[in-house]
Amino acid sequence: MNEFFKHLRYVLTENPVTLFAGTLFLIFVIFALFGPLIVPYDPLASNASQTLKPPSWDHWFGTDQLGRDVFSRVLVATRLDLAIAISAVAISFVIGSVLGSLAGFFGGWTDKLVGRLTDTIMAFPLFVLAMGIVAAMGNTVENIVYATAIINLPFYARVARTEVNVRRNADFVLAARLAGNSSLRLLATHIYPNTLPPMMVQVSLNMGWAILNAAGLSFIGLGVRPPTAEWGIMVAEGAGYIVSGEWWLALFPGAALMLAVFCFNLLGDGLRDLIDPRRRT
Amino acid sequence: MNSNTKIRIIAGRMLQAIPSVFGIIVVTFLLTRALPGDPAVYFAGPAADEKSIQQIRESLGLDKSLPEQFLIYLGDLVQGDLGVSISTGFPVAEELWRRLPASLELTLLALIFSISVAIPLGIAAATRPNSWVDQLCRLIVTAGVSLPVFFTGLFMVYIFYYILGVAPSPLGRLDIIYLSPPPITNFYTIDALLAGDFEVFWAALAQLILPAITLGTFTLAPLARMTRGAMLQVLSSDFIRTARASGLTRSTVLYTYAFRNALLPILTTLGMVFSFMLGSNVLVEKVFAWPGIGSFAIEALIVSDYVAVQGFVLAMAILYVLLNLTIDILYTLIDPRVGLDG
Amino acid sequence: MNERVPVLAVDNLNVEFRTRSGVVKALENVSFHVNRGEMIGIVGESGSGKSVSALTAMGILDEAGRVTQGSINLGGLDVLNAPERDLQEMRGREVSMIFQSPRTALNPIRTVGKQIGDVLRRHGSANRQNVRAEAIKALMSVRIPDPERRHDAYPFELSGGMCQRIMIAMALSCRPELLIADEPTTGLDVTTQAAIMDLIKELAKERNMATVLITHDLGMAADYCDRIVVMHAGHVIEQAATAELFASPRHPYTAKLMKATPHGEGSLDDIESIAGGLPDLRAELPPCRFSARCERYEAACDMPALIADEVSPGHLVTCRRPL
Repeated sequence: MNEFFKHLRYVLTENPVTLFAGTLFLIFVIFALFGPLIVPYDPLASNASQTLKPPSWDHWFGTDQLGRDVFSRVLVATRLDLAIAISAVAISFVIGSVLGSLAGFFGGWTDKLVGRLTDTIMAFPLFVLAMGIVAAMGNTVENIVYATAIINLPFYARVARTEVNVRRNADFVLAARLAGNSSLRLLATHIYPNTLPPMMVQVSLNMGWAILNAAGLSFIGLGVRPPTAEWGIMVAEGAGYIVSGEWWLALFPGAALMLAVFCFNLLGDGLRDLIDPRRRT
Repeated sequence: MNSNTKIRIIAGRMLQAIPSVFGIIVVTFLLTRALPGDPAVYFAGPAADEKSIQQIRESLGLDKSLPEQFLIYLGDLVQGDLGVSISTGFPVAEELWRRLPASLELTLLALIFSISVAIPLGIAAATRPNSWVDQLCRLIVTAGVSLPVFFTGLFMVYIFYYILGVAPSPLGRLDIIYLSPPPITNFYTIDALLAGDFEVFWAALAQLILPAITLGTFTLAPLARMTRGAMLQVLSSDFIRTARASGLTRSTVLYTYAFRNALLPILTTLGMVFSFMLGSNVLVEKVFAWPGIGSFAIEALIVSDYVAVQGFVLAMAILYVLLNLTIDILYTLIDPRVGLDG
Repeated sequence: MNERVPVLAVDNLNVEFRTRSGVVKALENVSFHVNRGEMIGIVGESGSGKSVSALTAMGILDEAGRVTQGSINLGGLDVLNAPERDLQEMRGREVSMIFQSPRTALNPIRTVGKQIGDVLRRHGSANRQNVRAEAIKALMSVRIPDPERRHDAYPFELSGGMCQRIMIAMALSCRPELLIADEPTTGLDVTTQAAIMDLIKELAKERNMATVLITHDLGMAADYCDRIVVMHAGHVIEQAATAELFASPRHPYTAKLMKATPHGEGSLDDIESIAGGLPDLRAELPPCRFSARCERYEAACDMPALIADEVSPGHLVTCRRPL
């Protein structure tokens, strides 16, 4: 473990980009946790005398068509956007890794069944499938989470399957088997923990994509409803004002979204270097 | 290897697509029928009473068992019947078919843009590792996957339409002052050229450029990344050294030897690129009010027109399967080793 | 061309590789030459600089490699200073190279005939009309049975030995003055090895072509080469006519190498391994890079300016305490 932290420090200091991404991530986490406490205005309070004001000292990111402070809304939205992405990724991580591990461990029909399931999901353009799922299950935030989780499932299942499969007959597993451990116990205590590092890389690379997906769904009017502050829907609301020059309505939530995705992608790359230095590109 | 084997392999690939299509049909069927809630209530609309709901239930066959319903659904599909759109009153298949050319024209142009930027960029980055081209490639690759496609689109509109005034207003395929060209392919640019009407051709192209670049930028990143990686790997292989030792010119080594081999892994990534592209297409169509099947789906979503949405999902999935099949066939044609190693 | 002017003359060549972990001094003061019609062997352990010498002579060293000193003259061309265009003209026409593991050294998705055709057309030995016929002729010249059919085969459809024949056909298709064969039989089975080496020898004699055989197998070099150049850790430590070298090896490393090589008479019991490994070429190195492994080492060996000594005509040794 000490080795790991040494390597972690090495990666962070050697690669300033990862350090930057890590700092950015911390800032996002702080906003998500304390956003509502630190914003200067109520994100939902409209003000008829202050509509569509460009960025100023009082309103850093300007105000929207109802006079709401864009800065406060962008900040408060962090929590919802991250919550959707994190819960979606958590669900696909848990279900995907369990299904993938079982498939990799038992092979045979379990493998075929899981393979069939992931292939079927992958046979759809993923965003389109998510649209279909939300449309069928009902237009709510929870269903956005489920839809995002479902379309990410195959990636986790595949990684877990490969990782378990290569370790199934490793020496330490055979030793544990000879010591009388049952199959499932073996999988849970000896093999599964070893699959976690590559899975974590997958998680952080996947997180950015999950945020983009969820925001895309709310951009087309699924899930989050106005007046809730959420980046995707804020960009959608601001879209109409772009052609008349009120750029700040869409720019700031869009930029926040972009920065969050960028941050997770950089973190993912950094984490990959940390866990598997050979795969650097 | 003779061409008969190739044809047999290609036929095999086509057969392998059948389970995918079947899986897609099952999923779209389940999405409409088996999930919580009563579809009949949806289809009847908000004003319906118990009796009319029951009527609709019977007319849709919803009172029958699930397997029976599936067979009916399958039978309808075979006849090209995707149901009737509640919002427009037209058959969904007809609506999709009418709007498909707009989406395809946009997607194809975006793909051409994305390929013609990403591949030279990836090759340049791979042949000069750590040069400025390589750094630029890395920047574009990382930034490209982080940009929400609807956000890029909006700011293209802001810069090129609102500030610079060089782009037409982002409202559909053709400015209303022009008449659409006589429909032959239903691709406005091609139809205008066929009709010899260059004014309309330029107008249609002007409308296309911003959305196509927006869509293309998003798919550029994975493509450039893959091209760079594949080229780097191929360039370090033994047979490239042989080619150089034989005095073959730089361009022969780079294109006839290296790039053709790198094309194989690039082709496999194209599948994922198409998945991105068909999904982002919906978002881009919304930003640019593009009258394609994506806009149709969004309009249908807003009014809870589920038949239309499911028809759209099915159509997109089938399109995606066909694109993947095309990739597989291309792969089979390029790689002589396919089919021999199992 | 005058028989006395060497086809390839490498003089005092120094090559470095810049890597992340430091500068590797891959070659230092390497000199050797090959005459017309002669076959020389460059022998040494892997990492001794045999292949680097050959790649530098061809002008196709990796980008990380840098020539810091020396000259290479190949058929009158100053390789290190010639423009890339002249070098491209030279490769495949004046000098060709074949490599180990022939199956990966050929383009996997192009028919072997087309690959030979590419070389023929590049050097003007064939045009669009006759390229197929010329490629088939090249295949025939390396005794490939059924060349018409082999022309359209892909490398993965052929055996390793067959692929090496294809490589030879390709290398010799434009009748070069010099062939460099870099471990041409590695990865082939023993009977095929002999067949490939016999073929190279025979073709070289037929065409009065100079040949450089790069190998770690001293026995093979002894069987086929007129002269042998022994390399160790980036130095040429001894060179002499084959018979003389075997009769009286003067460098301790050469002597060790001979004892480590199973040969015609004598049994496996006589084989000795050489203690230690190659030194780390990134570190500061003593003048003699073998000193750390040498039983004859004494303090004088660490004096600078170690140069090759001509102990008898054509027999050069780079050692302060030769046998």
